Amino acid sequence: MLLRCIVVGGAALVLTMSVSSCGSDSPPPSAAGGVTGTIVVFAASSLTDSFTEIGAAFEATHPGTSVSFNFAGSGDLATQIIQGAPADVFASAAESSMTTLVDAGQNAGAPVVIARNTFEIIVEPGNPTAIVSVADLARPDLVVVLCAESVPCGAGAAAVLAKAGVAVTPKSYEEKAKGVVTKVTAGEADAGIVFVTDVRAAGTSATGVEIPTDVNVISRYPIVVTNEAPNPVAARAFTDFVAGLQGQAVLASYGFLAP
Amino acid sequence: MRLPLPVLVLASIAVLFFALPLAGLVWRAPWSHAWEYLTDDATVTALRLSLICSLWATVLSVVFGVPLAWVLARVEFRGRSVVRALCTLSMVLPPVVGGVALFFALGRRGIVGQYLDQWFGIRLPFSTAGVVVAQTFVAMPFLVITVEAALRQLDLRFDDASRTLGASRWYTFRRVTLPAIRPALAAGAVLAWARALGEFGATITFAGNFPGTTQTLPLQVYLSLETNPEQAIVLALLLIAISFAVLVGLRDRWFGRGVSPGEVA
Repeated sequence: MLLRCIVVGGAALVLTMSVSSCGSDSPPPSAAGGVTGTIVVFAASSLTDSFTEIGAAFEATHPGTSVSFNFAGSGDLATQIIQGAPADVFASAAESSMTTLVDAGQNAGAPVVIARNTFEIIVEPGNPTAIVSVADLARPDLVVVLCAESVPCGAGAAAVLAKAGVAVTPKSYEEKAKGVVTKVTAGEADAGIVFVTDVRAAGTSATGVEIPTDVNVISRYPIVVTNEAPNPVAARAFTDFVAGLQGQAVLASYGFLAP
Repeated sequence: MRLPLPVLVLASIAVLFFALPLAGLVWRAPWSHAWEYLTDDATVTALRLSLICSLWATVLSVVFGVPLAWVLARVEFRGRSVVRALCTLSMVLPPVVGGVALFFALGRRGIVGQYLDQWFGIRLPFSTAGVVVAQTFVAMPFLVITVEAALRQLDLRFDDASRTLGASRWYTFRRVTLPAIRPALAAGAVLAWARALGEFGATITFAGNFPGTTQTLPLQVYLSLETNPEQAIVLALLLIAISFAVLVGLRDRWFGRGVSPGEVA
């Protein structure tokens, strides 16, 4: 069966027909068979750097493919796909947004978790205000900004504060993690709570203060091929690639935890 | 006058282009819950803040924008086109970038902002005043451009006549120039106000988002899109209804009988 599929796949390639006639549930093991063309990936903003690198690695190992990205907030992306945006793959920073997509019947197959993320306190470089714990965020001399609870980084920050039993009145509820990072790196805010990967991405313009495991929370990143994917075979190859060794190595290098 | 058919067709498409998205919102609006959403405490607070801030931004735009427009239209100086471009830059600048730029200028570590903080203890970010600054930054060019265009079209001989009859520059401006450009001034002020009312990017970047101090209606609409899209639609319609009422109402009162240069003569 496997052999036949490959043979048919090869023939199909010659006839420039789609290899999906082999049954999309069992894509051919040899990546060369049918994994071509453009793959449109809708991914959460926090995956911008890591997925860009993974996309380049995928293109290098899968000649004839090209990966293009749409990075935005997970909620926005889910809405765009439900409204008919031509996405092949959806990678979310929140399980809730993935649930929205699945509830709308826009997934092909079950979502797979590809990474986890935890939270850190972001402070100015060198930690000039000497923040060492979550409890410090309640200090009245500090300007603290958090994400709004309606977005993943805000829900996480609220959970961390609740676990630590600390009440903080932020100066602002940002609509995304980048907003918190911008305010801290610009020097307008002294501290905030964002994903570990956000602090890492800020490089030398910010410093991270670890949050102990017992008060920290973990956020999962699910990925799925969409129901109306224009290029489902290559899309599945891409999600497998992200979940595979190479993809995982890249994600780890950006501070993500293994799934 | 008989309308040429192609003009009519193209114009109709243009009208549909603007009307359809509005119809989409009206179609999707949860009318049975609309009143609940509108009378929600958070909404009332955000609406009040939006109105106050956008009116302040309009006042500041007029106070500083009219003299700026006058200088750009009437005073010959080297680099005038550079100054004009500079003062309308915020129209094309992505608002979020505008917000970050305001940080570097007026923030706690900004060029001027650090002294505001050290000398006077004034910190604009995260304050209602910060919202007004962000809105004025993006809104004022609309007034400046409109008023400057009107001043340029005005026949300078009226001013000259006034001056030769012994009127001072200020008196001439107040009694001759200003009445002639009144429709343009009103149009510019309304445009600036509408832009300030809908302002999102520069506001959330520079002033942040906190209920009661900096959370204006557009910010609340954006955030509720994540959690409660139905509420977001109702709030967006509220914003549209207010702007619509003002634009329609003012157009009839002020722009209907616009004073053309010919009429003045």
